[in-house]
Amino acid sequence: MNTLTRETRESDRAQAEQFITPPASVTEIADGYMLEIEMPGVKKDGLEISVENNELKIIGRRSLPAMEGTLIHCESCPENFRRMFEIDPSIDAEKISAKIDQGLVTLTLPKAEHVKPRKITVS
Amino acid sequence: MDPRPLLFWHEPSYRIIGDKSSIPTKEDLKIMNLIRYQAPNSTPYTALDRWSNLRDELNSFFDMPFWSGFNRTGQLFTGWSPALDLYESGDHFVAVIELPGMRKDAIDISLHDGTLTISGERKRETAKNGEAAQRTERYVGTFRRSIALPTRVDPAKVAATYQDGILKVTLPKAEEAKPKQIQVR
Repeated sequence: MNTLTRETRESDRAQAEQFITPPASVTEIADGYMLEIEMPGVKKDGLEISVENNELKIIGRRSLPAMEGTLIHCESCPENFRRMFEIDPSIDAEKISAKIDQGLVTLTLPKAEHVKPRKITVS
Repeated sequence: MDPRPLLFWHEPSYRIIGDKSSIPTKEDLKIMNLIRYQAPNSTPYTALDRWSNLRDELNSFFDMPFWSGFNRTGQLFTGWSPALDLYESGDHFVAVIELPGMRKDAIDISLHDGTLTISGERKRETAKNGEAAQRTERYVGTFRRSIALPTRVDPAKVAATYQDGILKVTLPKAEEAKPKQIQVR
């Protein structure tokens, strides 16, 4: 019984990867939204973006090069980044695109065709 | 509200890595104080930004792993203060600063009287037609970080790289400051 409890706890701890929440900005643009997230130290292949149950999840894993010498002053956090957003139903999840440049992740979330204003011509 | 968040403002803003239990030496404190210097931010917008960021600041405090929350000062009252790490090895120092999404030419590095100063500006992007900010957590404006280096460096050999949003400044120690082996004759 004891052993079982401990095993569960240990596996829980192993799964609980710790993340920090990076600053993000959301801007409404002409036909959708632009989401910018700061993830310094994250390269293109360290980025994991997924949409599940209307939830957009962005995980950035850092590949920091090993540094020579001793750390004499530290303010940075070694953890990876994670940010989650609920997606508005007007967004077309299929068309979300992303890029990363100098540690800044930019996502473009276009609005779905059916919510765009449309003019109906009278025949 | 749980009074715990207040701890955040009273905790020392620095931590010496390596030996958490050790009391910082006089020399350490001198360095840290200088590192912590913040030029007052004079733009009227930032004051508003700071207050609107209060909630985010507190939220992100709880999102961080407990031990690292104290590590980083809130940027609420100081303006934009990018995280800075300093490494020391036998013959050089390396300053590492997180500056995501900057242009290379907007970063200014200077060395004066043994003090390394890194400053820069991120311009507020003017909203184009039909654009509206929904949430603004990223800092805009200027930042300035200064480090008084514990030993002399060779100003001619200072080099900097900017990659993946991380600025790395390598400062080779001056010849007289390098550790030397003395032979017993």
